[in-house]
Amino acid sequence: MTPRDPMNVTTYTRTAVALHWLVAGFILAGLFMGWTMTDMAISPARLKMYNYHKWVGVTVLTLALLRLIWRLTHRPPPLVTMPRWQQLAAHGGHALLYLLMLVVPLTGWIYSNATGYRVVYLGKLPLPNLVAKDKALADFWHGAHELLATVLAITIALHVLAALQHHFLHKDNTLRRMFQWRR
Amino acid sequence: MRNRLTWFAVAVAAGGLALAADLNITPAAGSKVTATIKQEGVEVESPFTKFTGRIAYDPAKVAASTALLEVDMASFDFGDAAYNDEVRKKSWFDSATYPKAKFQSTSITPAAAGGFQATGQLTVKGKVQTITVPVKVSASAAGTVFDGTFNISRKAFGIGDPVWEGTVDDKVVVKFHLVGGK
Repeated sequence: MTPRDPMNVTTYTRTAVALHWLVAGFILAGLFMGWTMTDMAISPARLKMYNYHKWVGVTVLTLALLRLIWRLTHRPPPLVTMPRWQQLAAHGGHALLYLLMLVVPLTGWIYSNATGYRVVYLGKLPLPNLVAKDKALADFWHGAHELLATVLAITIALHVLAALQHHFLHKDNTLRRMFQWRR
Repeated sequence: MRNRLTWFAVAVAAGGLALAADLNITPAAGSKVTATIKQEGVEVESPFTKFTGRIAYDPAKVAASTALLEVDMASFDFGDAAYNDEVRKKSWFDSATYPKAKFQSTSITPAAAGGFQATGQLTVKGKVQTITVPVKVSASAAGTVFDGTFNISRKAFGIGDPVWEGTVDDKVVVKFHLVGGK
């Protein structure tokens, strides 16, 4: 019985755990910056904050793609025993999180380009413009970015609540195994 | 006799107008004037939406050409109301005091393919600099088209708030695409 035996997997790979917490950190930073920077007065600090926010978004997008590839090639441990509706909710929630991890940064990227701003990763690496400058397009993608980011924040909140419920109410291994890893 | 002289004068005047071939430049005809600034490593190109100009251009006598362009500084559009308010402030364009920037050619040197080097005086925010701009000339259905790009130092024209030092580059790239209509 090897640790790779798919029928006997109870923990995540080290890479999966590391990517989970890295992405979690960057998403929270991105959300926090996104909410504060829009209320800032015009200043170099605000401009910098917008740039950092974009870099965080590109980082999330890249890490999310890596996570998706890793997830598709490394079987995660099965869910702990729970009712069917909870299984569906868990799988649906995880699918939604993966989708939003990719879509929220992408809508931000498109929104930035539509306002005439190229995204230059870390101020060094110019990324391709996905759309040309267009006021109406910018307004649409701005709305889409904010709405989807809000959906992401709510989904994360539910994800955290579910994890805490498993840990404190059901007293199962769900949360604990996100702090353990196999090689 | 007097009648003949009058007609002669009219003919000369008409001929003179035809020779000068003054081309009017307006945004409506598809002309564009933009400024590109680099802030935190990101280049942002924004248009001036109001300007007028007059170019006298004769392909047979390029050296005799003259060019005048006046740009409405308050028409600069970042695409964001807050940034537009910022750039109109005293430390930047001060467009209330200096509503127009102007380029007036002083000499034109013919270059290849009907193009030329336009030397002239650029006035922005009350300060004057002599610049030389290479201009490409081409023909389109709308008329004669003049394209060019030149760099200026915004600080040389007293443009910029020290607060933004290190955030917004000093170099500004001005691009123009002027369609000469009748």
